[in-house]
Amino acid sequence: MTDKTKTLRVDYLARVEGEGALYIRYDDTAVHEVKLKIFEPPRFFEAFLQGRDYTEAPDITARICGICPVAYQMSAVHAMEQALGIAVDPAIEQLRRLLYCGEWIESHVLHMAMLHAPDFLHLDSAVEMASVHPQVVQQALALKKAGNAIVRVLGGREIHPINVRVGGFYKLPSRQELSELRASLDDALEQAVALTRWVATLTIPDFDRQQHPYLFVALHDEHEYPMNSGRLVSSEGLNIEACDFENHFIEQQVAHSNALHCLLDGKRPYFVGPMARFNLNFETLSPTAKQLAAEIQVTPPYVNPFGSILIRALEVVHAVETAMMVLDFFSKQGVSCSKQEASCSKQEASFRHNTQTGSSYQQPTVRAGSGYAITEAPRGILYHGYRIGDDGKIVTAKIIPPTSQNQKTIEDDLRLMLPALMQLSEDELRHRCEQAIRNYDPCISCATHFLKLTLEKGAEQQ
Amino acid sequence: MTEATSTSKHPSPSDDAPAGKAKLAVWKFTSCDGCQLSLLDCEDELLTLAGQVDIAYFMEASSRQLPGPYDLSIVEGSITTPEQRELIQAVRAQSRFLIAIGACATAGGIQALRNMAQVDDYIQIVYANPEYIDTLDRSTPLSDHVNIDFELRGCPINKHQLVEVISAFLNRRRPRISEHAVCVECKLNNTVCVAVSRGEACMGPVTQAGCGALCPRYHRPCYGCYGPKENANPQALIDWQSSLGIETVKILENFTNFNTAAPPFHNAASSIRRDRQNPPGKSP
Repeated sequence: MTDKTKTLRVDYLARVEGEGALYIRYDDTAVHEVKLKIFEPPRFFEAFLQGRDYTEAPDITARICGICPVAYQMSAVHAMEQALGIAVDPAIEQLRRLLYCGEWIESHVLHMAMLHAPDFLHLDSAVEMASVHPQVVQQALALKKAGNAIVRVLGGREIHPINVRVGGFYKLPSRQELSELRASLDDALEQAVALTRWVATLTIPDFDRQQHPYLFVALHDEHEYPMNSGRLVSSEGLNIEACDFENHFIEQQVAHSNALHCLLDGKRPYFVGPMARFNLNFETLSPTAKQLAAEIQVTPPYVNPFGSILIRALEVVHAVETAMMVLDFFSKQGVSCSKQEASCSKQEASFRHNTQTGSSYQQPTVRAGSGYAITEAPRGILYHGYRIGDDGKIVTAKIIPPTSQNQKTIEDDLRLMLPALMQLSEDELRHRCEQAIRNYDPCISCATHFLKLTLEKGAEQQ
Repeated sequence: MTEATSTSKHPSPSDDAPAGKAKLAVWKFTSCDGCQLSLLDCEDELLTLAGQVDIAYFMEASSRQLPGPYDLSIVEGSITTPEQRELIQAVRAQSRFLIAIGACATAGGIQALRNMAQVDDYIQIVYANPEYIDTLDRSTPLSDHVNIDFELRGCPINKHQLVEVISAFLNRRRPRISEHAVCVECKLNNTVCVAVSRGEACMGPVTQAGCGALCPRYHRPCYGCYGPKENANPQALIDWQSSLGIETVKILENFTNFNTAAPPFHNAASSIRRDRQNPPGKSP
């Protein structure tokens, strides 16, 4: 170690969900060490789920994350339904998709407008941004509110919804509630399009990992942009069911983090989240999102992580448009169902049936079994695997959130990005590193079930 | 994190009225972030609030960090590490008023389930190298460590109640937060009682209001997110639910989730466990 060795540290990363830090050790010739530290204290969910009833999994696992509770509830119910061998009604699937759209809108807009956009403008917060770009912030808040309204109607409340159960919902929304919700989305699509055009005006830093291309991993479904459905695919030809996840993806514990790292085949870092979904599923984006992608010149393969904010914006457009479509099915307003007519009317019929009989869920027969599910949380794939006993109690639980899967890729980004940035001042360098971490919208509360940046210049290592 | 320099338990922040806008700080300990997100979820009130107070420390929302003292600190999360035990003292020392928000800060949260187990067993279930993990064997509410000026209940808190509490403290008045049971809210909503009409294991009679009796409105029994109501009588509820033929394990599960370490719920769970080991009527 020479005196020229420098250390870059950020002790407590701001504008991320949860507690994390960054430590980088480098000199003029090379980057020696990059550690993304997660010091968010562990909460041991997988341990205390043991012995709990299968019905509790959606309510308990929601508490892993206040930002994306719906994702936890969706992965939990799908895994439990597989364990119990039940198939839910198509109308329930559509209502779950609608609920997930609400969370994608709320979570993406929160990250884009309130946590990430200030980086591009060299501002500290959305509150500061509100004085420079009042219209953008107000529009974003309105859009976020629209996403939250969906979660509230379907889930009962925005954070830790109470209406999701294994087999369906506790209560189905009334036709009137759905009509009102549909009407409340009238402005949302326009706001989402405007927000996308605004983020497209931001200066996106260049970064290209040509020599080290990303391995993208996301769900893929031929018929729809993936949320609750599809097989797990990668940009290098992986194509598996959720039940095979643990055969391919291995969690490893590292000393510097309370979050486990997850690697493909135990050695390959990979990329989950909006950019992975977008590159592997462009075809099934909603029509307006696709048009807008062409307009702002963001088309697959898109590989600059600093542009993830653009893809989040496109996914918001997609989620709003999808929510409108699902609501149109059910509230019979405006747009007709065109080519999906046949399946629509089947869903409509079964929805009517359910509303009339009051049966909002499929009652399982309790039995021993195993269930595995992956759904697309706003930040990427979320895996749940459970084994339950013949009394319906959880024997083992395994939960792998998106941020722990992205941890190694974030560290690699920083390692590969730094050599080109050595001419920057220490402050600028620290800022760029933080921005690079926020590209992933890391959710540290999730990952421990993560961030602190360390930068030291011209001094000996601590 | 801010330097945990002061350890004085009873600080005396200056009693002078603050000049200009009140300084607000938002802190996070062990939690899911949901309760502080409630503040960002106040889409209609957020910019107004930001105009009225100086948001001086809020890591989740802003890179700008102003040093204390703060007029009002809002704290989410429970205490689960040695560092947090120090930091909460420093937060108290820097804050004129300190408000605990959510089940983690007011009761230890769901992570307090470890309090009844061996934490080493838990670490070994989740982590291959337990030696890397530094955690306390119990998850405790803020009130176990420092004086708290107000506790806002809920898992998660109700954002309208949060706005009410902030407004009350800024205007030096008492927050209008009811401590009665969820049952009162059901009556106000004209919701048919799920316990009486359907014999379900509802926690409403022993749980504090604040959610708007949400679960019964959605045809499910209350599962106790807001913790014990004032003068709760869990034993009466346990006896009654048992007489309805509700499985003991279901009753126990309801007392051992997000407010498991709140004393009335903790005691109720202990009593159920005792009775399961030594059923009444049989000599031990």
